Amino acid sequence: MNELFVQIILGISIASVPLIFAATGELLVERSGVLNLGVEGMMIVGAITGFVVQFHFDNALLSLAAAIIAGMSIAAIFAFLTQIMLTNQVATGLALTLFGLGVSAFWGRAYSKVTVDRVDAINVPGLSDLPIVGPLVFSYDPLFYLSILMVILVWYFLNRTKKGLILRAIGDNHDAAHAIGHKVVRYRFIAILFGGAMAGIGGAYLSLVQVPIWVEGMTAGRGWISLALVVFASWQPFKVIVGAIIFGGITILQLHAQGFGVNVDAQYLSMLPYLMTIFVLVTLRIRIKSNTNRVMPSCLGKIFHSTQ
Amino acid sequence: MFKKLFINAIRLFLVASISFLAGGAIAAPTKAAFIYIGPTGDMGWTYQHDVGANYVKKHMGDDVEITTVESVEEGPDAERVMAQLANKGNEIIFTTSFGYMNPTLKAAKRFPNVKFEHATGYKRADNVSTYSARFYEGRHVIGKIAGRMTKSNVIGYIASFPIPEVIRGINASYLAAKSVNPDIQMKIVWVFSWFDPGKEADAAKAMIDQGADIIMQHTDSTAAMMMAEENGIYAFGQASDMGAFGPRAQLTAIIDDWGPYYLQRVRAVRDGTWESADTFDGVREGMVGFSPLSDQLPADVRAMALQAIGELAAGTLHPFTGPVNKQDGSPWLAAGETPPMFPDLLTMDFYVEGIDSKIPQ
Repeated sequence: MNELFVQIILGISIASVPLIFAATGELLVERSGVLNLGVEGMMIVGAITGFVVQFHFDNALLSLAAAIIAGMSIAAIFAFLTQIMLTNQVATGLALTLFGLGVSAFWGRAYSKVTVDRVDAINVPGLSDLPIVGPLVFSYDPLFYLSILMVILVWYFLNRTKKGLILRAIGDNHDAAHAIGHKVVRYRFIAILFGGAMAGIGGAYLSLVQVPIWVEGMTAGRGWISLALVVFASWQPFKVIVGAIIFGGITILQLHAQGFGVNVDAQYLSMLPYLMTIFVLVTLRIRIKSNTNRVMPSCLGKIFHSTQ
Repeated sequence: MFKKLFINAIRLFLVASISFLAGGAIAAPTKAAFIYIGPTGDMGWTYQHDVGANYVKKHMGDDVEITTVESVEEGPDAERVMAQLANKGNEIIFTTSFGYMNPTLKAAKRFPNVKFEHATGYKRADNVSTYSARFYEGRHVIGKIAGRMTKSNVIGYIASFPIPEVIRGINASYLAAKSVNPDIQMKIVWVFSWFDPGKEADAAKAMIDQGADIIMQHTDSTAAMMMAEENGIYAFGQASDMGAFGPRAQLTAIIDDWGPYYLQRVRAVRDGTWESADTFDGVREGMVGFSPLSDQLPADVRAMALQAIGELAAGTLHPFTGPVNKQDGSPWLAAGETPPMFPDLLTMDFYVEGIDSKIPQ
């Protein structure tokens, strides 16, 4: 039974990692006042790029680097269009998702029949062998630890550094930030690239760790769940981890419940992340109206033009 | 006079060119289209239909022009795609997933001159045929193998949607496994998707963690096969040979061989002999086949599997042969009785006795 418990927890962690990466990246983007709906597209491009590089070079670090660059490249298109050409962020983000799904399917044609070596869990000698605590704390793949580290770093950046405060100021009022001399477009451009890099790793996690194969559309909506997760976390980095565990955990738990013969309505459970997000949005709205807590970046999704 | 000659020459030329064009029209390729539920790269269900489409192309060459559309959602989108294909002059359209049933019938009404072929459905019209394979014969064979090869006596079954086709497969493999191993237990997990590799892998993992040492799947990706390979257990390929993803894990695969049927139907359209029909072929007709049996099978298990395949091919074995009770204990088949195709098999919505699980509503 203990063994099973450990396995369930491990399963939930693996299901959460791609969400943590993608949502933490998007969180920083949204705190700078940009809404990038292209997460799904950046993830899937990261997934195929990571997979292809891993297939040819069998080098985990190289494949991750490639996935990061791929995610950033797609994000750069978005950044160029929305920050320099001043296009509508919602439409551009949606286009980016469709573009990513299409282009990854095109690139991936030759790779649907192959498999690669999984990026393995690290074993800390001594610690990983401890009962229960060993497997639960010390035997994940390196990317799991990296995802937690990134959440901490993003929290630190947003709350404890000058640049982070400027980024938040830009997200809340880009005209005022611009008026006192901050480079709105430059900050946002870099934030979007960071979001792309994180989505790229999240995607690569799917094709390199979770199931080391490439199949078209393998992100299967995880980009959209990540977007919901940012709202669910009310733009707070640490809440992303909580949300990812809940969102990822629902799937794993309902699969186990079915295995035990418990009759669960899987459709309702798959709705749950979105229902919870809507619930958070509604309570958020009430809190904003009563002016007790302002968490949503005020300039989210608004176009900035320096001559205005 | 020259003028008359000139006019006659033109007349001759016109007549010649018209007859040439008419001749050309007869030689024009027959346009056939295929609509797929997943990407052809799924290496499972859709891949095999695409293999079938290529088979037609290979045998008819320039006489056929094939269009394929991948990853079409079951629903209004499907009907739009069908209408578009019909407007483009396709004479026969194969819709290769159960969920295309109603869209196919709607499209068929709008385009009475186009022939439709719907896979795994049961609603027909003058220009709509249905075809399916007796996959449960394949499930019977893998069920028997699983019953003999399991050590934990727990078989994990990844199911997609609770439709008759999937339920038939579960019942057939359970009965077969039970017939060679009375202690067998089947864990059934519904993922509510035909194709979600991440979820299929998670489902396989969940059942492995719960003690399953053989995985069967009625979903289309190779993810479960990879999980089986990694965890050192066995699995069966679905629709297509998945041996590349589980060289040690795959005991055999049920192969869907649609090619000969597709060829026959497209040729019938070309010859003008196409008629609405219901085809339900199996091992005997070659629509259901198997990839080579794994070397992991001990000699007696291999002999048992080959015997079952042989009896299915000869038509002497029916996977559903009484006595069989329904899950609630009520009798279904008396000793020696086999069920009729309709309604029992085609609308199957119950588990057989012994399965410890409920069909989701």
